[in-house]
Amino acid sequence: MTSTAAIAIAGVTFGYGAGRSVLDVPTLEVHRGERVFLHGPSGSGKTTLLGLIAGVLAPRTGEVTVLDAPLHTMSGAARDRFRAAHLGYVFQMFNLIPYLSVRENITLPCRLSAARRERAGDPAAAAARLADALEIGPLLSRPVTELSVGQQQRVAVARALIGAPALVVCDEPTSALDADRRDRFLELLFTQVTAAGSTLLFVSHDLGLAARFDRTLALGALNRAAAVGDPDAATTATTSAA
Amino acid sequence: MLLVALAWRSLRNRALLSVLTVLSIALSVALLLGIEQVRVGVRESFAGTIKGTDLIVGARGGTTQVLLSTVFGMSAPTGSVSWATYERWAAHPAVKWAVPYALGDAHRGFRVIGTTAAFFERYRFRDRTVTFVAGGPPTTDAEVAIGANVAERLGYAVGSEVVLAHGLAAVSFAEHGAHPFRVSGVIAKTFTPIDRALYATLEGLTVMHEAEAASGGLMMGPPTAPTTGPAPITAFLVGTKNRFETLQLQRELNEDRTEPLTAIIPGVALAQLWQTIGSAEVGLRVVALLTLLVGILGMCVALYASLEARRREMAVLRAIGAGPRTIVGLLVLESALLSLAGALAGTALVYGGLAVARGPVEARFGLALQSHALTSVEWGILALVVGAGTLVGLVPAWRAYRASLADGLAPKL
Ligand SMILES: Nc1ncnc2c1ncn2[C@@H]1O[C@H](COP(=O)(O)OP(=O)(O)O)[C@@H](O)[C@H]1O
Ligand SMILES: [Mg+2]
Repeated sequence: MTSTAAIAIAGVTFGYGAGRSVLDVPTLEVHRGERVFLHGPSGSGKTTLLGLIAGVLAPRTGEVTVLDAPLHTMSGAARDRFRAAHLGYVFQMFNLIPYLSVRENITLPCRLSAARRERAGDPAAAAARLADALEIGPLLSRPVTELSVGQQQRVAVARALIGAPALVVCDEPTSALDADRRDRFLELLFTQVTAAGSTLLFVSHDLGLAARFDRTLALGALNRAAAVGDPDAATTATTSAA
Repeated sequence: MLLVALAWRSLRNRALLSVLTVLSIALSVALLLGIEQVRVGVRESFAGTIKGTDLIVGARGGTTQVLLSTVFGMSAPTGSVSWATYERWAAHPAVKWAVPYALGDAHRGFRVIGTTAAFFERYRFRDRTVTFVAGGPPTTDAEVAIGANVAERLGYAVGSEVVLAHGLAAVSFAEHGAHPFRVSGVIAKTFTPIDRALYATLEGLTVMHEAEAASGGLMMGPPTAPTTGPAPITAFLVGTKNRFETLQLQRELNEDRTEPLTAIIPGVALAQLWQTIGSAEVGLRVVALLTLLVGILGMCVALYASLEARRREMAVLRAIGAGPRTIVGLLVLESALLSLAGALAGTALVYGGLAVARGPVEARFGLALQSHALTSVEWGILALVVGAGTLVGLVPAWRAYRASLADGLAPKL
């Protein structure tokens, strides 16, 4: 019944509005439990691809299957419910709801999804446990506006991981952090993803992080739409040809 | 529950902006309700020009003319009513009281009226009685009481010597110095035509006419009775014993065989007159409507601006799995709460303001601002404000939802 693929993309094309295709991905597969590093230059469509995988965007053509759910056939509302139940998402920055405390931000997915709440058990206790593990335990009752960027990103990780979603997606979560914090952040993230048994799809343009992952994917190699009018992709093509 | 919690926390977080938005809505609401109150107040003040009098009876003529000549001192009287007729009706079993009223002379542009002391007891305006700031009603045929405007404009005080003349011209060529009057009292300001009139006794008026006739003056007022006895009057005011008999009495008066009379019910006549001259009310209504439009527009801008600034937050909620209903619900709930708070605050402001301003406004402008319960128009205004405020939340809500679909996951903004 359950396939080994956490993410399976086949023949997907996508463009914003009526614009040109940003993505044309014939195939992409991520296995369950895998930690995948996806890199590509800025503007190459990484965030867009994550939007498709999260079901926030719908492809023009092709199939996006996430945790065996065929997102391309599901309604917007069904994709919203699916995302709430099975996905953790971390942005590059501004991850938090400014008027909620750290604890409330972390437990928010449990309020939106019964599945997450059930798996978390007691949301407050789960939040405390995650916060301790991510070394932000003392901040739980603080307003999020008082946190540093590094602390905010850890809160975002705790929120992405509460209720153990099967897939965690991070969109350049470390780009606002300095090198020391970045390494510590990755360490903590890995520990928690492993503890939750989640699949991790981690996006960054910083190739220096790639070595820590099970597998590294270059979006440029996956995306046939990349070469069109993209100066970075053109340079790469010339270099490889020489 | 989540929605309410989120909406409340979000509003509290942006307390200053929320308070300012509520304040701006409250001000428009207060302005609207205030204008409505003034509109109703003006109408009621007009309707209150004469109260407590059940019928005004004049010589046969138009309803409006009887009203205008008697109550407002405008236009010529419809004719004269003989003293015998007045006495006959004053003795009618349905009549509780009757006050004779003779109009026609003028003094430097102000009407002179001959009446009895009962007039000052019986006459009501906006449920108030006529009072004197100094002195009292005329008691002899050489005394005259004056309205507040007369005293003010002509600089008369109790004891002043006044020469009354016929006709309405500011400078009469038939002044009859033969019979000077003395001011017996100054009437407190009423904001009704009383302020612009002089009140003599009936005998005073007759003496004045006789003096005039003797000096060969011109006759411009009502015809004087050639017979002996009291001179004819131009109208009389009637209070009935029983309000229910008023209509019956009115019919009887209108069918008087000996003398053609017209009896009018002042309240009804005033309402009719208001309908014809009520363009001031239309003007106020237009102003109110424009204010409502501007107010709702301003409220929409305020709400829209506050919601536009929150697209990032919406993107985060979307990423966590909030559906369109949650996003739209949150924003609409917030704008609904803001406009509701604004409507409540505005209403409180108006009633608070009324409580403070009622006294001074009546003293200064004679405008009776009653603190009545909300009228249907006012409920309509409140419903419109809250409804529009709620609906305007839909626009950015929909945009936020669309935007978060399209670019919400991008780290910019
Ligand atoms: N909401 C949007 N509307 C239109 N074009 C967009 C939108 N978001 C991104 N794009 C375009 O799509 C391309 C890929 O963007 P993005 O996925 O954000 O790249 P990356 O995350 O790799 O930097 C870029 O050319 C960008 O300009
Ligand atoms: Mg990106």
